[in-house]
Amino acid sequence: MSSEITVEHRAVVIPGQVLAQGMDYLPGEETYREGEQIRSKVLGLANVNGRVMKVTPLSGPYIPKVDDVIIAQVSDILMSGWRVQTGTPYSAMLNVRDATQRFVRKGEDLSRILEIGDYVVGKITNVTSQNLIDITMKEPGLFKINSGRVIQVAPQKVPRMIGKRGSMIGLIKRYTGCKMVVGQNGTILIDGNAEREELAQKAIRMIEEFAHQSGLTERIEDFLKSVVGEVPETAAPSGDRRPRDNRSRGSDDSSKPSKPFVQRNADTPTENTDKAVDEKGSEEKK
Amino acid sequence: MAYTKRLDGRKFDELRPMVAKAGNIPNADGSGYFKVGKTEAYAAVYGPRELHPRFLQNPKTGIIRCHYNMMPFSGTGTRIRPGTKRRSQEISMVMELSLSPVVDLSQFPNSVVDVFVEFPSTDAGSRCAAISAACIALADAGIRMKDMVTSVAMGQVDGAICADLTYNEEAYDAIVSDIPVAMINGSKEITLLQMDGEITKADLIKSLEAAKDACGKVHKLQQDALEARFPGAGTDKKVDAKEVSQ
Repeated sequence: MSSEITVEHRAVVIPGQVLAQGMDYLPGEETYREGEQIRSKVLGLANVNGRVMKVTPLSGPYIPKVDDVIIAQVSDILMSGWRVQTGTPYSAMLNVRDATQRFVRKGEDLSRILEIGDYVVGKITNVTSQNLIDITMKEPGLFKINSGRVIQVAPQKVPRMIGKRGSMIGLIKRYTGCKMVVGQNGTILIDGNAEREELAQKAIRMIEEFAHQSGLTERIEDFLKSVVGEVPETAAPSGDRRPRDNRSRGSDDSSKPSKPFVQRNADTPTENTDKAVDEKGSEEKK
Repeated sequence: MAYTKRLDGRKFDELRPMVAKAGNIPNADGSGYFKVGKTEAYAAVYGPRELHPRFLQNPKTGIIRCHYNMMPFSGTGTRIRPGTKRRSQEISMVMELSLSPVVDLSQFPNSVVDVFVEFPSTDAGSRCAAISAACIALADAGIRMKDMVTSVAMGQVDGAICADLTYNEEAYDAIVSDIPVAMINGSKEITLLQMDGEITKADLIKSLEAAKDACGKVHKLQQDALEARFPGAGTDKKVDAKEVSQ
């Protein structure tokens, strides 16, 4: 029996649509084989990659993955950490020892470090089969958000927000001068001058609307150019991967002069934190 | 065979004029609209999200929860009292049962996907419209599904097999049957089959055969609605989908 592809590359396909016929093709992401046919599992764009048929979803929920950087909101304070909302059906755990470098005394009020409602940029360290999530803030580029605005976009559109090697996000940063962090869960931090934040937000909404079309970077550049005029390449604010630091009451990060120093020193406070937590734990048992 | 011409002049296998849309409710995670004749269904999907009360949670998979509701002014003029009724509970349940064979929520244990369907106007065949609209909404929400579910009401009016009955036909003064059918599009597996009235075995088999054709027409509309949601797609050069992250 002859094999053939029944859809065009980059065409919109719906669940159950036949993508290819025959055994010469292989089912890739978001597709399945039924008999001779390869069918789509989701609404998305068909992707023909050699013999592999894939579908890139156009909408849908965020699925937490280890090492994803996300922006999450603190929703509860627990015995030895915080519960944070991740924009999925599942909330995540942020442990004290993963939240701050400094020593946390036994019985200390954790709301002095992170208050309910605070946003944090965190990284997922562990996801279980039941989607229980652990996150950490103890890496460079992870911090508590103290200023700026947080907006939400569809998580499937995050790759377009970032662009190839960060081209899109770099573009918006360059033209607006805002610091930006894009969480893989579709939550975006924009931090800068209020008008420029507004502009960056507009650009993001544009990307969201036209995410399934190509030539988007040029389009966004034209839009930004028409508002703020030409901005030379070199004007990009350097080293802003890590926007404003945790200069909050509870955190001592700002006292560290540089990132490597923070990392080298990370061990000592961690042990202290451990002890504090253990003490708390034993107290709980009593 | 007294019923030789349908009350509204349609052919026996002809459906009422249909309209389908996707993404019509901005607040929802996914939404759909399906109209057959005077029956209009709006479907909104929220989720997957946390499921409460907790005893409903299934640690193996997410569940789907449907809510069917007719608006007070949606009938023929007598006010439909708002709130849960036995009828709407039943229809909510059959919607869940007819959609769950295609929906795959195994990635989202303990969660729920809520499907709300509202009717501003009804004229028979509302559960079928509800299922067709809900399926558009689920696809639009990016829920994994192995296929689309399509639904049509078949029936028999005084010995004649008809597709997509109106209320007047259901109330026709003769032996009438009303058979809502939902099918998985590709395999033509039946996920909903109910019946009111009387029908002979031969006629039932014939009408189910005719339902396949009718469901195909519904599926075409569902597909067009979902494709229309993304204008300008599918025309361009190859772009690597997984663009390198930050």
